[in-house]
Amino acid sequence: MIEFEVTIEDLKRILQEGAGADENVDLGGDILDTEFEKLGYDSLALLETAARVTREFDITFDDDAASVAVTPRGLLKVVNDGTSE
Amino acid sequence: MTTPVVVTGIGVLAPNGLGAADYWAATLKGHNGIGRITRFDPSPYPARLAGEVPGFVAREHLPSRLIPQTDHMTRLALVAAEWALADAGVRPDELAEFEMGVITASASGGFEFGQNELRNLWSKGSRYVSAYQSFAWFYAVNTGQISIRHGMRGPGSVVVSDQAGGLDAVGQARRQIRNGSKLIVSGGVDGSICPWGWVAHLATGRLSTSDEPDRAYLPFDTEARGHVPGEGGALLILEDAEAARIRGARSVYGEIAGYGATFDPKPGSDRERGPRRAIELALTDAAMEPGEIDVVFADAAAMPERDRIEAAAITAVFGPRAVPVTAPKTMVGRLCSGAASLDIAAALLSIRDGVVPPTTNVSLSVEYELDLVLTKPRASVVRAALVVACGHGGFNSAVVVRAPR
Repeated sequence: MIEFEVTIEDLKRILQEGAGADENVDLGGDILDTEFEKLGYDSLALLETAARVTREFDITFDDDAASVAVTPRGLLKVVNDGTSE
Repeated sequence: MTTPVVVTGIGVLAPNGLGAADYWAATLKGHNGIGRITRFDPSPYPARLAGEVPGFVAREHLPSRLIPQTDHMTRLALVAAEWALADAGVRPDELAEFEMGVITASASGGFEFGQNELRNLWSKGSRYVSAYQSFAWFYAVNTGQISIRHGMRGPGSVVVSDQAGGLDAVGQARRQIRNGSKLIVSGGVDGSICPWGWVAHLATGRLSTSDEPDRAYLPFDTEARGHVPGEGGALLILEDAEAARIRGARSVYGEIAGYGATFDPKPGSDRERGPRRAIELALTDAAMEPGEIDVVFADAAAMPERDRIEAAAITAVFGPRAVPVTAPKTMVGRLCSGAASLDIAAALLSIRDGVVPPTTNVSLSVEYELDLVLTKPRASVVRAALVVACGHGGFNSAVVVRAPR
């Protein structure tokens, strides 16, 4: 059961709001499987993003797993069904 | 081995000028950067004036990745470092990363960032506290952010000694260059003009409560009544002189020729306070006589007792009215750890241009036997300058800068 499904578009917006965006990266493109490292986000950026997702969607998930997610797809998986990729 | 350590780049963000050129032009014109606080509503507080850096829009200067994770004063510092490197013609990616370092001074860390996150914690809960609070408030944050941004992986540290910090950082940077570093970004850019920071400033009992920008901060004046805090400062590119020559540095502003630091005796002691010894240590370190100093940039506390101690120290070392003294910080306020490195920048520009900037608004008290440069700049050959800074808590430091050889 998924009551609040967080989409890639939600994630892009929240990344931008919480951690900004690297000027050499086009967040508007297909980034689902691009590594966060290549997108210019470190573990702290993911921790901040996870905190914002938690607040906005009022959901709980494993923060530690979120902060070590490798790609947006991996993070969305942690966020939406609570299991790491 | 004591290799000369030279300044090859200057980056300034001051209440009366963005960039070293604007700051220097404004300072020679006597342009006042002090005004009523705009960053928060100061009306409930007994002191309401500050020196705020005007016209600084962080997003125009910094990538968006750095905005959510930085306090206002860190943003100012990142820009000052970038401008100083550009001024020096340094491309950090062309130099060895472990031969470059960052040593800055900080008085309070990122207070405004911290205040916002503490407000989130107590009003909304821990889930609302930014992950970046983990470092954005911290004293060493400017050093860390500059180091990361420019790939400088040599010595990285922070000095916390209030107003003296801008000199202590430069002293430490010179030490690290003598230990083998080729280049250190050093100095201070500081500021905590937010309600939480303001309460801390008020607690010192040293703030002027005047509402008149040109009457509030009057060091060495019979009407001295405390100071006006400000934000900003200067970061300097310090290099091993030989390394700078080999690199083909396009300009050398001058040499950090001497440094001395002392600590005051405990409050209530009848022993002499530390400023005189700090000045003498800096002169000895530079192997110079008092007569070789062409201008003194004073700490200028504007608290009568502290003005008396500083004036007595200058007079004891140099003799009555024997050396020009100035305090251009009357135009910008006291910038915590940013003040003294800004004075070093002003001293180097004095050497370059043969002019001493004025101490504005002040009428010199007959009590002090100082040749205080008042109202207008004074044309003068400046080969060497002494900068004095005294920090809250008993820190006294002095630096001698000298014309390039």
